[in-house]
Amino acid sequence: MAKILNIENLQKTYSSGSKKLTVLHNISFGIEEGATFSIVGPSGSGKTTLLGLCAGLDHSDSGSIELCGVQLNSLSEDQRALLRNNKVGFVFQDFQLLPTLTALENVAVPLELQGDKNAAKIGMELLEKVGLADRHHHYPSQLSGGEQQRVAVARAFSNKPSILFADEPTGNLDAETGEKVVELLFNLNKELGTTLVIVTHDIELAQKTQHILRLKGGKIVENQTVAQ
Amino acid sequence: MINTNKVASKASFQWLLKMAWRDGKASRKKLVLFMASIVLGIAAVVSIQSFGETLKETIALQSKSLMGADFKIDSNQPPNERVIQIIDSLGGADAKEIGFSSMAAFPKTGAAKLVQVRGMEEGFPFYGLLETEPVMAENEYQKQDAALVDATLMLQLGLKAGDSIKIGTITLPIAGSLIAAPGSNAIFSSIAPPVIIPYGLIAETGLVQTGSRINYDFYFIAPPKMDLAQLEKKLGTVIDLEDADLDTHISTSERLGRRYDNFGKFLNLVAFIALLLGCVGIASAIHIYIKEKLRAVAVLKCLGATKRQTFLIYLLQIAGIGFLGGVAGTVLGLLLQQLFPLLLGDLLPVDVEMNFSPQVIIMGLLLGVLMSVLFALYPLMNTLYVSPLQALRVQEEDTSKSRKAGIMVLLGIFLFIFIFSFWLLKDWRYSLAFVGGILITFAVLAGIANLFMKSIKKYFPTSWGFVARQSLLNLFRPQNQTLILILAIGVGTFLISTLYFTKDVLLAQASLESNAKNPNMILLDVQTVQKDSVANIIDSQDLPVMDNMPIVTMRLQSINGRLVNEIRQDSTATIKRWILNHEFRVSYRDALTSSETLTAGEWTPEVTNTELVPISVSDNFADDAKVTVGDKITFNVQGVLLNAVVGSIRKVDWAQMQMNFTILFPKGVLENAPQFRVLTTSVPNDLASAALQQELVKNFPNVSIIDLRQVLTVVEKLLDKISWLINFMAFFSIFTGIIVLLGAVKTSKYQRIRESVLLRTLGARSNQILKITALEYLYLGVLGSLSGILLSLLSSQLLAWLVFDTPFIPSLIPFVVLFPGITLLVLGIGLGNSIGVIKSPPLEVLRKEVR
Repeated sequence: MAKILNIENLQKTYSSGSKKLTVLHNISFGIEEGATFSIVGPSGSGKTTLLGLCAGLDHSDSGSIELCGVQLNSLSEDQRALLRNNKVGFVFQDFQLLPTLTALENVAVPLELQGDKNAAKIGMELLEKVGLADRHHHYPSQLSGGEQQRVAVARAFSNKPSILFADEPTGNLDAETGEKVVELLFNLNKELGTTLVIVTHDIELAQKTQHILRLKGGKIVENQTVAQ
Repeated sequence: MINTNKVASKASFQWLLKMAWRDGKASRKKLVLFMASIVLGIAAVVSIQSFGETLKETIALQSKSLMGADFKIDSNQPPNERVIQIIDSLGGADAKEIGFSSMAAFPKTGAAKLVQVRGMEEGFPFYGLLETEPVMAENEYQKQDAALVDATLMLQLGLKAGDSIKIGTITLPIAGSLIAAPGSNAIFSSIAPPVIIPYGLIAETGLVQTGSRINYDFYFIAPPKMDLAQLEKKLGTVIDLEDADLDTHISTSERLGRRYDNFGKFLNLVAFIALLLGCVGIASAIHIYIKEKLRAVAVLKCLGATKRQTFLIYLLQIAGIGFLGGVAGTVLGLLLQQLFPLLLGDLLPVDVEMNFSPQVIIMGLLLGVLMSVLFALYPLMNTLYVSPLQALRVQEEDTSKSRKAGIMVLLGIFLFIFIFSFWLLKDWRYSLAFVGGILITFAVLAGIANLFMKSIKKYFPTSWGFVARQSLLNLFRPQNQTLILILAIGVGTFLISTLYFTKDVLLAQASLESNAKNPNMILLDVQTVQKDSVANIIDSQDLPVMDNMPIVTMRLQSINGRLVNEIRQDSTATIKRWILNHEFRVSYRDALTSSETLTAGEWTPEVTNTELVPISVSDNFADDAKVTVGDKITFNVQGVLLNAVVGSIRKVDWAQMQMNFTILFPKGVLENAPQFRVLTTSVPNDLASAALQQELVKNFPNVSIIDLRQVLTVVEKLLDKISWLINFMAFFSIFTGIIVLLGAVKTSKYQRIRESVLLRTLGARSNQILKITALEYLYLGVLGSLSGILLSLLSSQLLAWLVFDTPFIPSLIPFVVLFPGITLLVLGIGLGNSIGVIKSPPLEVLRKEVR
């Protein structure tokens, strides 16, 4: 199967005062289209940095990232934004809904950015799918954490992404709510064929994906295929 | 595979507008103060500008009625042959007038009063009306050889049509009361009310004598195609040389408009300050508003919005609010200007009918958008450079912000301030000085804030308790608000306090002190032969003769050998025009008075040799005539030339209500020159004043009496009106300043709320949180307001010195009222911010505040 994400010799260094801190060392791996993939590791191992680089949110110091057949290093900021809008979905640990938009408006934003005239209709359908149609006019502050994350999931799938990056999607939720959100993510993955990349501490969640990449100190310590 | 060459997002402009609207709608609470800053700033500018425009237009529209003719030639001496030739060449005057101040007696009541007698030919005014009661009196006074007497005076003295008035040696019936007449000025009318009589009766009054101050006016109706500006250009200088003046209705209305220039200068300063305060409000509110929006911007970027799109969403939002603020500010300004004529009343030369100048309305709307966008650009630029990574909890220090773009925005802001101040002040030097002053103020305040933070960091009192340490820590740790609040509080206080000091300077300049030791009644035009008899009458009423000064009228013939006529024709001459044209009323004595101080040269009390007389001139004369000690001046004393040398220069306190002189001769020179006397006395009350006036008018009708107590009342009333308006407008700006402070401190609330909630969660007690907040705002309030006031001392000194040309004695009010007031205000708003944190559970607060 074709690879949707291909990473070669990725390196990332941050400067802190006069000191340089390398957070990712020669990372190489690939993810096939439609696969589920998790990145695990202790705090400070570089998981979120790797996710940001894979999604084109940041620039690497060296190495190459090919996302949806496009070399990210060769793209401008606006070209990356367009790529994200068309091909990428995000779910964040702290939901990151736009606080001044209602649930429906939040879900519709990626579609509106594409100029889709049916944004509101599709948004409503997605909210129905996540069980929040009746809360569509509520602002994020009027929703519970679990509800906010379900809106975030609906938003993440609204542009029918080829790949979805989820950063600790259950990190801010209780076990039961977390379980529901995970179920939602995996169902949508199956239904729409979206590649799922999850950054998590939660080994149980990681075990549900087909591949687990373990990081420690910015290096890959294991790239495991999970027997399903 | 997507086509990455095509980078334009499909989201339309309408979507950007929709996002701006959605976001703005949900953030409206946070934008109220931002809006208020714009509204108040613009309201001040629009009201003042609109009023100014309307006043100018009204004066121009009514200019013919104000003069009563198309143009006139006037002189304060009988016209010489050359002037008569010019008048003839213009087809002869269409009407003539002779006017002078004189005492008038009213036999019915026995009262006497200084009046302005105007002898008018029939048919004048050609434009406008003599407004009289009864109306027919306007025409009948000429036919009946009667007088029209000022309506207020008639009321004061209980006179009515049919009573009589005695002017000089004639007694006339009163045809009616005079409500308004062209050329009569409300302020002067309060001191010497106008009395109009037929021209032919002037000679019969017996008051036109040598030495009397008489005005001769010749009025003309211009042929339809006559170019008045051209006429003035052609004849103005020629007539000037003959000690006469040519005025057209246009130049008169322009001059009248200019008379309100100084007043307008202050009002423009108020408008400028209100607008600047509004701009400071916008800058500080938007700075924090945008800071809160950066995470949402990062999320939008994650979702595929380009940096241009996110920038435009907030730019459109702010421009929209600016436009709404502009509309509201313009409407408020136009409403406010309706109040001005009520506040100013008689001060205005015309009845101002309010109309709405489209130019000012457009300016108000544009200004709203322009000032909002310009002052929001700098914080808005952050949206361009915020990384989408921020959505992933990766805190990255923003280092990519373009320095060049930042400098361009700052230059744009200062250019805006410069252009705006130039538009208001019409003087590029003042405008540059204002911009420079503001730049320096910002720099000094930023320096103070930085120094303050560094000092606390360096000398941090580690032994202090938790609350005190925490409040100090808040001042310099990351996410501190010290710089932005000290700038906002400091600049706000600076502008308010400058306005207060300037108001003081202006009002002090105009204030008069009445002193029991000073004379309060002046007797003018006393002939030399009458001086002893007049003094005797004063004595007989048990009143003191305080001064008995001789007055000799003279004009300048030459300065340092150059004839005055030569200087007039020299376009490069820097000597002021009034020096060359003025008829000086000169006195002679052997000592200085209490209102005079010698600043250069030597005072000569008496001379015996009159070949070259050492005289003393006032410092303003020396400045305007460009003379100094040792320079030679020749005077024309009613036909006789007199050579003098500047022996000394005096500083004269003109504000003291006593007879002061520009030029003083020593004793021994002018004793035999044609002269009249000025006597002064001090009357204790109205009764004594009336008795003396009656006695003097009965015996010496040529003597004019000015009751300074009455003048003082008029001037005080006038000053009251001016101070009312100045205070009103200053208060308006101060109110804007308070709104700005409220905005700045209120928006800082969102900066502190998370920390307070966190402390609360960790178990901090209410009073601990309150104390931490109170101390932090107290430090900021004290430092900001004190720095602002101290800086304003400097700026007010410069304003007094360079713009208003007057000494500056700082009032204590800003220190005892403004300083604690603003500090307490900052403290109060700061504490108000924390009340919500203390009263509600932490999570509830966080949920509410993140919206």
